Amino acid sequence: MPMLELQDVHAYYGNIHALKGISLTVEEGEIVTLIGANGAGKTTTLRTISGLLKPRQGKVYLEGEDLDQYKAHEIVYKGVAMVPEGRGIFAKLTVAENLDMGAYSRRDKKGIAEDLERVFELFPRLKERRNQVAGTLSGGEQQMLATARALMARPRLLLMDEPSMGLAPVLVEDVFDRIMEINHEGTTILLVEQNAHMALQVAHRGYVLQTGEIVLGDTADGLRQNPMVQKAYLGME
Amino acid sequence: MRHTLGQRLERFNYLDVVLWLFRIGIIVVIVWGTVATILDNPYSMRNWIDLLLTGLTQGSLYALIALGYTLVYGVLLMINFAHGEFFMSGVFTATVFVAIPLNEAGLWNRHPIPCLLLVTVVAMAVSMAIAVLTERVAYRPLRRAPRLIPLITAIGASFFWQYFFRGLYGSGITAFPTVQALAGKWTVAGLEIGKTDVVVMISSILLLIGLYIFVMQTKTGKAMRAVSEDKDVAALMGIDVDRVIVITFAVGAALAGAAGILYAMLYRQVNFFMGFYPGLKAFTAAVLGGIGSVPGAALGGLALGMFESIAPNLFLEGLGIPGANQLKDVVAFTMLVLILMFRPQGILGERLAEKKA
Repeated sequence: MPMLELQDVHAYYGNIHALKGISLTVEEGEIVTLIGANGAGKTTTLRTISGLLKPRQGKVYLEGEDLDQYKAHEIVYKGVAMVPEGRGIFAKLTVAENLDMGAYSRRDKKGIAEDLERVFELFPRLKERRNQVAGTLSGGEQQMLATARALMARPRLLLMDEPSMGLAPVLVEDVFDRIMEINHEGTTILLVEQNAHMALQVAHRGYVLQTGEIVLGDTADGLRQNPMVQKAYLGME
Repeated sequence: MRHTLGQRLERFNYLDVVLWLFRIGIIVVIVWGTVATILDNPYSMRNWIDLLLTGLTQGSLYALIALGYTLVYGVLLMINFAHGEFFMSGVFTATVFVAIPLNEAGLWNRHPIPCLLLVTVVAMAVSMAIAVLTERVAYRPLRRAPRLIPLITAIGASFFWQYFFRGLYGSGITAFPTVQALAGKWTVAGLEIGKTDVVVMISSILLLIGLYIFVMQTKTGKAMRAVSEDKDVAALMGIDVDRVIVITFAVGAALAGAAGILYAMLYRQVNFFMGFYPGLKAFTAAVLGGIGSVPGAALGGLALGMFESIAPNLFLEGLGIPGANQLKDVVAFTMLVLILMFRPQGILGERLAEKKA
């Protein structure tokens, strides 16, 4: 049974038909990437999985269970965490308070303390700044915080929305290294990226999204070899 | 952002001129009035200190009520104009069903502390119940409506509860039984101060500190702050946003319920309309302090209380205005208009543009 499965999902923003029948699967332990241009529906797909947006038609299954009956905050308790678009950190809360909020769904104090140590190992900068108000962090540090906060939920499935957006190239490499590390520790990842080049390097498989439809789905290598992907997303002729 | 002098002059228009003249006018009136009052010197130092203490007592009540406005605004960006009715409903119910029967049974003055605790708990519980009900029935269905619509609904809810309780308990003024133990005055360092005033001030300060700790330290308090920043992201943390909003209303109403009892101890009467003016004043205090800010509401409440207590005598008496101390409401609401004109974000608030970025 796949970890995550979308079957013919249609979603709307008001009258705008944003997703026109998305079907995809993510197996346990994988990194799967969704690539596509601005407005293709990548963020909408993630919002639909996390329950912020309900599909008007079609189903989202998490390990075979229909997620339609759950509200966004309940889906977190099912083991799905999200690093939202534009980082979405709580700017007026401190770094430590942001991480507390990441662990909001959990009651096991000991496990939370362990995970706090773990994310501080992964992102030592956050440890130095734990009592600083999050709004005063640099862009890269905010991205680290958003990722660390999602990890504090100890998710089995991590949804990441454009983690490289607005970061300097050096930091982008670093972010993708962290993504691989998180995956090696056993977290399944669905990664939305405009930076197809980097995304296809870390992912096992990928889907190409165009105006609300999946036009291509293949292994990451397969996509990298594909002439259409090379031309449209990797900037090769 | 900085502008050069040239840019500033370009952007300067007739409205700025009018506002500046207005500002200067206000300052002239205040300075003139103050100087005239001081030269005339109609009051002793003792009088001024009494006014200040009255203002502090009144201000601590405003602060308690203002917190309800500020908390709700913080999470929903909505002005809950029915908050004054949450204040009224608790103390009115507790007076009719608890305080008066206890007094008639002769227990009120024999065991004042348990009796006062009991009426306070009842008042807080009723205020909370009314607030939660109002949120559930009137506000929640409008969560995604344009912001003007919940505002009008809140005004409607305010009238509804006023006349609901008028129908329930009558339109007359009901006396809140006097607590004999707190009737007199204490002399502290040569200053006489009413025992009730002391109780009001100390209770308010303890409640304010308690609330601050709740908002800053507890998991629910942090979740409230998270929801006030971004509801979608808060939901992605597993926070039940609707539940946090209900808690916010309940906490604000509990403070209003407690403030209601303190108010009744001070003025010894309750009626269905008693929430209206304190509600408006507390709203003014919340705006003054910077709506959305918890320390701002506390500061704004105290500032407004002292200001409306002292300002009429200090600023207006010297101008030869008769009965200046009856003009405290004028002073308070003039202050609201002035804040909205010159510092809409309040003392501790941030600019609205930043808030919604």
